[in-house]
Amino acid sequence: MTTPRAQAISNAELVRQRLTGGAGDWRSAAFAALLGLLLVVTLGVLAWLLGVVLVNGGPTLLARGLDFFTSNLASRPESAGVAQGIVGSLYLMVFVALVAFPLGIGAAVYLEEYAHDTLLTRTINTVVRNLAGVPSIVYGLLGLAIFVVALGDVLGPGRTQGRSLIAGGLTMAILVLPIVIITTAEALRAVPLTIREAAFGVGATRWETIRSHVLPYAAPGIFTGTILSMARAFGETAPLILVGAVVGGFNVSYDNPIEQAYGRYTALPTTIYDWARKPGTFDGNTYAAIIVLLVVLLGVNALAIFMRNRFERRW
Amino acid sequence: MTANSSTPASLTIDDLRGSVGRRRKEGVIRVAFLAAALTSVLISVLIILSLIGEAWSFITQVDPALLVERGWFPRRDLYGLPTIVTGTLVIAGIGMLVATPLGLGAAIFLSEYASPRARRTIKPILEILAGIPSVVLGYFALQVINPTVVDPLCPSTTDPYTMGAAGIAVGILITPLIASVAEDAMYAVPGSLREASYGLGARKRTTSLRIVFPAAVSGIVASLILGASRGIGETMIVAIAAGGLGGSLFSVNPCGPGQTMTAAMTALATGSDQVRGASLAFPSLFFVGLLLFLFTLALNLLADFFVRRVRIQY
Amino acid sequence: MTVETERPLARDDQEQRTIRLVSVGHELDEAERIASSGDAVGAISIADEQVVFDLQSLSCYYGAFRAVKEISLRVPRNQITAIIGPSGCGKSTLLRSFNRMNDLVEGARVDGRVLYHGVDLYADGVDPVEVRRRIGMVFQKPNPFPKSIYDNVAFGPRVAGFRGDMNELVEQSLRRAALWDEVKDKLRSPGTALSGGQQQRLCIARAIAVEPDVILMDEPCSALDPIATLRIEELMHQLKENYTIVIVTHNMQQAARASDLTAFLTMGEDRAGYLVEMAATDQIFTRPQHRLTEDYITGRFG
Repeated sequence: MTTPRAQAISNAELVRQRLTGGAGDWRSAAFAALLGLLLVVTLGVLAWLLGVVLVNGGPTLLARGLDFFTSNLASRPESAGVAQGIVGSLYLMVFVALVAFPLGIGAAVYLEEYAHDTLLTRTINTVVRNLAGVPSIVYGLLGLAIFVVALGDVLGPGRTQGRSLIAGGLTMAILVLPIVIITTAEALRAVPLTIREAAFGVGATRWETIRSHVLPYAAPGIFTGTILSMARAFGETAPLILVGAVVGGFNVSYDNPIEQAYGRYTALPTTIYDWARKPGTFDGNTYAAIIVLLVVLLGVNALAIFMRNRFERRW
Repeated sequence: MTANSSTPASLTIDDLRGSVGRRRKEGVIRVAFLAAALTSVLISVLIILSLIGEAWSFITQVDPALLVERGWFPRRDLYGLPTIVTGTLVIAGIGMLVATPLGLGAAIFLSEYASPRARRTIKPILEILAGIPSVVLGYFALQVINPTVVDPLCPSTTDPYTMGAAGIAVGILITPLIASVAEDAMYAVPGSLREASYGLGARKRTTSLRIVFPAAVSGIVASLILGASRGIGETMIVAIAAGGLGGSLFSVNPCGPGQTMTAAMTALATGSDQVRGASLAFPSLFFVGLLLFLFTLALNLLADFFVRRVRIQY
Repeated sequence: MTVETERPLARDDQEQRTIRLVSVGHELDEAERIASSGDAVGAISIADEQVVFDLQSLSCYYGAFRAVKEISLRVPRNQITAIIGPSGCGKSTLLRSFNRMNDLVEGARVDGRVLYHGVDLYADGVDPVEVRRRIGMVFQKPNPFPKSIYDNVAFGPRVAGFRGDMNELVEQSLRRAALWDEVKDKLRSPGTALSGGQQQRLCIARAIAVEPDVILMDEPCSALDPIATLRIEELMHQLKENYTIVIVTHNMQQAARASDLTAFLTMGEDRAGYLVEMAATDQIFTRPQHRLTEDYITGRFG
């Protein structure tokens, strides 16, 4: 078997065998299966949780209907509702929007548009990044020390003993501030340099450039970031507990919102926490309130992403 | 505003000065933005000051022997730090045990195996999981995880409050965080490295584990550290599901209740209305808070260090 | 063994030119028979046992887009075959179809056959991983792993389950890639710390370490400076003793300098690449058969 042609044929046979032989690679299949399993577990847990919540809270919501949303806190579950919680949470969001957004966006604009790469700037950036990673309960401590205790007589006089809505609102605003700064800064960084250069090229000042070119371009991203940060604040509980929200309860009267700000309050997540610690009869209520919370959060997140996709400009 | 000069010969420096009013306005605006930026620094200073102030008053007044006692019973002036610290570590530890395989598995899948369509579907679902508030997970731990998962695994007791259930829920909480940071790190590994590996006849599994994973290891380590930090700082899950309201014995048993630093703080705040001024309970709150702050700060700085190492590589 | 015979030019050219037929591996009388009968594919005839690749009407698609159209050619062993052509005409796609690298792109598929030593690489049951162990690849931009030089070279063999003396294999591969003398004292230092030319030779050593049959090179010198380029070209001449080399290059001078056979591809009106002609390198560059080839080599387009 030494003629070249014969050799060539036997080579081909050998190659064919080797190329197609391959023992089944069980390790690869096992690995892929493992990954699949892990993913299924992760997604399955989410489905499980949502399922449990819906199954246990749905009936209560359906049975109580609108009454659930208009009732105040009460000692009997049939008459207890989330009205105060929702109103309180909305109030808190107003505070967050009024305080955190201007401060946060302003700080980000400074850091991205005005600041030079100095030690001060780098320090501020590091500080902001680390503030975002501080556990939320520490912000509660800050709020407790400053807004409730130190400024208690100003912000929450009388029976409120400092545990006012204002204190809670300011605390949440400070909690959210680093996130607003970071997301706004990212949105600003995404603006191409050419846009700024075009404006400078025709003699605009820095502020004029920012106002008329940079901010409009970055607006969808900034908007999304602020909405998402508000959604995050909406679900926070620990800081509010420290600044006294759980004890809560206030009359939902729409006469004098300003005065109510100085009084006691509760929020939706703290309502849930309150009910979670009560005996079993409150289970239905708790689950129902959770449904409300999740629907709000999901809705706001979806809205933010939808708006970002809608308004994102392609330059 | 000076008129435009048409010939260079008559151009003076005054022509190029621009409007004073405009420049002054620019200056004011710039200062306003700087002030906004400085508030963030102000806040961190305030945090540290408020924590240190009260914590100091606690340290100076407390009997040091009490600090190493077993058992955390603030109303009885028992401030056994080991109790709440071990509680934190046990729950965060269980959380990491759950979240590391789930999070890294999801990350490898999304980065190396998933088709673009799969990514588009799965990533939003992970975002939804990330958005579930911890109070909801805490209730889920109490009502569902405890009876369904923990009780069968803990034959001797059936406690309604267990550290195990809280730990598992913490794991669920931090899985999306680990998945997202780790996935970013792996996705950032250049495609040319994968190509080189496939070109040598390596399979996807080999390429993922022996080329991509090691190349992204800094980011992956950062993701784990961030997850641990988040787990340590978690409050509501523990407050609802791990028990320990009113005080807690030293325990490392996941089948029973326990107390973490964070939940101890909420217990102090909600226990009675006399948080202010009653014994050393109030300052102890800040002492624990300071400990927690320093702990998580150290972890976050460490994670930062690892993330920066990734950037240097590419 | 190459033998040159002459045969009169067939069809579509007015001038009575004769072209030289290059036959590879045939005995003289066999070569003359082929020359007169017109059995050659293009201006080359390769004896069966010398054929490494036999492409039969190969078309490559990305989804609905056909990038490469009905290419038929044969690549002989232990020679350097160059594929040249204007950018975008599918040279890289063609090259990647030799070792099924296109499989990694979503929506990529082929029509026609790629026979490797007589075996259709795209047949059912053929494992692409095995294919790539036999047909190695060096890429345009050097892409050493962020590992040590030693681990870079050892990766392929380790993955393939090599059980012999790794140190020896690494040394031999680095020697064959003309890199050993420069790195023998720093085998544990990172591969990414080498210069561009050295990195590319490391990638060549890495490819050699799995002991392939063929080395595919996709514009291996385009990211390198001229001196590094020349060193790699010298290296290729040494390598062809042990390996079959197919190189894609957009640098005509390099093809003329370094290769034995050249295939010229260009883009048709349907934006699919097709084979214009393939011949011995000096023939393509001095007496091209087609007008398009001549235009390309003289720089009129591309």
